[in-house]
Amino acid sequence: MLDVLEGFIQELRTAGLPVSLTENLDAMEAVQHIPMEDREAFKYALAATLVKSHAHWKAFETVFEVYFSLRRPAPGDEADLENDVDAGNLQLDESGAAGAGAMDSLSPEELAEMLYRALLNADEATLKALARQAVTRFAGMEPGRPVGGTYYLYRTLRNLDLDGVLERLMEASKEQAGGELTSLEERLERDEYQERIAQLRQEIEAEIRRRLVADRGPEAMARTLRKPLPEDVDFMHASRDEMAQLRRTIQPLARKLAVRLARKRRHGRKGPLDFRNTMRHSLSYGGVPAEPKFRYPRPAKPEIIVVADISGSVAAFARFTLMFVYAIASQFSRVRAFVFIDGIDEVTRFFEGTEDVNQAVHRVNTEADVIWVDGHSDYGHAFQVFWEKWGREVSPKSSVILLGDARNNYHSSQAWIVKELQQRARHVYWLNPEPRSYWDTGDSIVSEYGAHCDGVYECRNLRQLERFVEQLG
Amino acid sequence: MTVTNAEPRFESVPAVREGLAGVNYLADEGIAGVVYLADRLQKPVLIEGPAGTGKTQLAKSIAELTGSRLIRLQCYEGLDESKALYEWNYKKQLLRIQVERNEDDKATWTDIEEDIFAEDFLLTRPLLEAIRATDPVVLLIDEVDRVEVETEALLLEILSDYQVSIPELGTVQATQVPLVFLTSNNTRELSEALKRRCLYLHLDYPDLAREKEIVLARVPGITENLADQIARVVRSIRQLELKKAPSVSETIDWARTLLLLGATEISEAQATETLHILLKYQSDIEKAAKELSAAAS
Repeated sequence: MLDVLEGFIQELRTAGLPVSLTENLDAMEAVQHIPMEDREAFKYALAATLVKSHAHWKAFETVFEVYFSLRRPAPGDEADLENDVDAGNLQLDESGAAGAGAMDSLSPEELAEMLYRALLNADEATLKALARQAVTRFAGMEPGRPVGGTYYLYRTLRNLDLDGVLERLMEASKEQAGGELTSLEERLERDEYQERIAQLRQEIEAEIRRRLVADRGPEAMARTLRKPLPEDVDFMHASRDEMAQLRRTIQPLARKLAVRLARKRRHGRKGPLDFRNTMRHSLSYGGVPAEPKFRYPRPAKPEIIVVADISGSVAAFARFTLMFVYAIASQFSRVRAFVFIDGIDEVTRFFEGTEDVNQAVHRVNTEADVIWVDGHSDYGHAFQVFWEKWGREVSPKSSVILLGDARNNYHSSQAWIVKELQQRARHVYWLNPEPRSYWDTGDSIVSEYGAHCDGVYECRNLRQLERFVEQLG
Repeated sequence: MTVTNAEPRFESVPAVREGLAGVNYLADEGIAGVVYLADRLQKPVLIEGPAGTGKTQLAKSIAELTGSRLIRLQCYEGLDESKALYEWNYKKQLLRIQVERNEDDKATWTDIEEDIFAEDFLLTRPLLEAIRATDPVVLLIDEVDRVEVETEALLLEILSDYQVSIPELGTVQATQVPLVFLTSNNTRELSEALKRRCLYLHLDYPDLAREKEIVLARVPGITENLADQIARVVRSIRQLELKKAPSVSETIDWARTLLLLGATEISEAQATETLHILLKYQSDIEKAAKELSAAAS
């Protein structure tokens, strides 16, 4: 048991969770109080002692699943596995286990019918058995085959046609209500069925993992499942799910940062003696200046000008940075945003007067006029237009942030503009979403621009973006 | 750590859960598990989660369940030692010095010093009070994320060793280990040192079944059917991308409103009209109203 726990904690650390020695000891102590047979309680006991941030919960859950829920003695034949699984779910209904045995002889149509019924009645035991059966039947898993779990998942789901089932379920509830549903009812019904189908999906996914673990062993499996934590996800290579997750993390993160910036501003160092204020307070001590008062410096909030490349490869990065900057806009005196590909357009108007930053970013993507000739990045031309049209509005109060990978498609760089900007603005920063090792390879000319910037930063994930914005405020 | 009372408060995880249900707090597996562990391991619990999910209520309910006194320390920016731990009652000390000077001229400096730094002149604040209590207590440190990082250090000694060091008096050791709950709204990252000393519990919005039960338990007179519908509408709304998703307390308020309005089931119009109870931002209300009335097909 201790060995398993040791390996488990090791894996958590490799996944990037900060698990200290004390926490490790706490976990060891905690498991003595909770029986391991009670999976849920056991899981929460470990989580309470090891995971101290909600953002890490998902990573923890995956590793836990691999190490505990799915651990089987040895890869056996199919029947063996089946029994094992049932033994692991003793609380599961008897009928579920019996159903699994009987299911082998069903035709695909009967199986689909059974699935439909189970979803309609939210029959969890049958759904579990069905998930198992579906994986056996459709995934086509072979021991030792070097394919990831997603491939099997895809094959299983394709055969089940869950979208079709959802439509059928909706039809059924319509009939049940006797004709038409109001749109609210329809929405509620749909949410309910979607939830059930999502559960089925999870069940299937777990089943596939269970079998893969039996085949490959937990250590290897955990390695393939290892995913970066939300704050470490690379902007340029994020999947759609990861993007959605990032969008959700951005609000709380921005809120935290805003609080920190505000605090920093208030608790700055002490300024020079405030003579008037000291005299005024001395009156209560009979004219003795017992309590010296100081003038606290109140640094002006900076004005931010964001100039972002939104061409294909770096679009996601630009979107995030815009969202992030606008989410903490209250910490700056003004934020202006410009986007370009080879033409450049001001997009500040999309953000003003709306509370919904997502909506504004969407409008930036669809409405901004950023194409001049061919829609390939041309930093030189974009900067030139920026300088001609808006250059005069850059003042010593403004910080200019340039976003992009500086892949200029071999156009002329016009780096002199950045130099001019630096002379006029308070600061000029360049944020590059590419890994540092790619800089200045191919058509990237980041150091040509960087020579005239106050700082060039690698900015590939939320962690780095957050760090940059903090020192800006 | 010295174990001063080894008597555990709870039998098992299900016992915690049932007990909490008895005082109208519907805990899930995770909550009950962590509370049970906190009792067994004698560790404080750090509760984090969105506003209005019952973080503070959990501590209150535990106090009610165990029949303990609830001692609450509300945190805010600028909280310091004299408000959280203890303070010397210097007015009383001054009086004492005056009295001593009058009645007896032989009192030396050390006599006076010993005299005035005694327990009589100590004003206890919540943390010290919790430590010195002889009756069972639950200590709730509310919104701990509001204090500055430096002030957090104040809490460390009490959280790990259940003791308070007073330079003039020595160390005050707890006579019994209180159950300690810290809540945080996550406005800033808490320090590693604090997190390390606590068990961590994240309270999220409840799932459909639990929310329905909460509504049933908290709103007397509501029908099962209506509670079910309420829970389902709220789940739908939480799935939208909103500035602030409806919390459990807002769900309960909404249920009460609907009950007062005499609704037996939620119609679209009624839902849209009463949305301002669930949501607090105009843009959110508009968005939700649009989503709820837009035909899904």
